[in-house]
Amino acid sequence: MGIGTSVLLKINAEKALKLLDVEATVDAADVATVRKVSFNAQIILTTPDLVDELQGLPAEIIPIQRVFDLEEISNKLSKALL
Amino acid sequence: MTLLAESFGPNSLAIVEKLADRTEAIKLAGELLQQSGRVNAPYINSMVDAVERFGPYIVIAPGIALAHGKSEDGVIETGLSLVVLREPLAFGHGDNDPVEIVFGLAATDHQSHLGLMGELASFLGDQEKVTSLLRAEDLTQLRSLLV
Repeated sequence: MGIGTSVLLKINAEKALKLLDVEATVDAADVATVRKVSFNAQIILTTPDLVDELQGLPAEIIPIQRVFDLEEISNKLSKALL
Repeated sequence: MTLLAESFGPNSLAIVEKLADRTEAIKLAGELLQQSGRVNAPYINSMVDAVERFGPYIVIAPGIALAHGKSEDGVIETGLSLVVLREPLAFGHGDNDPVEIVFGLAATDHQSHLGLMGELASFLGDQEKVTSLLRAEDLTQLRSLLV
């Protein structure tokens, strides 16, 4: 799962990081593969109803309500990063 | 032609007055993908299962759902379908309900549809374009907006 949502979130997270002038690598993953690819992730962005699926991962998990709201994404990322 | 315009095959669009629930809306988006040759029938169930299992995370923005299943459950070719609901429908999303626009997405893998998703992200990030979809009077007009 998450092919559609995660890719859109990745695209918008990259835009938000650019606005914040933060250099970062953003990868998209579905719920089934996130455990394999996120072992060195600092932050995981997800939608609120998937937060429970991600418990126990060694990264800060940030739920994003509106995938197209660059302001929400930027605010939450800047709180976590800056 | 843009990747976005190309991703909507023949018979991939619908404007409907009213549907009973989110399952019907997701099924319709799936049937449109099937009619336009992008997926086989099992993919439609895969789309419904995704929401049953993980909840209404597919409601990615106010009023907009992006329904999709697993690639291995019957995707033939990457593509999109679109259902415009005249009567907004609750999907069970706390923040982004009710839904008026349901996209069906078939994707073969992450890489192959990145260009398309980039175009879709720009499209859906543009509130004026999204609103124009809701005002389309017929399918011809709807298609002309998807560029």
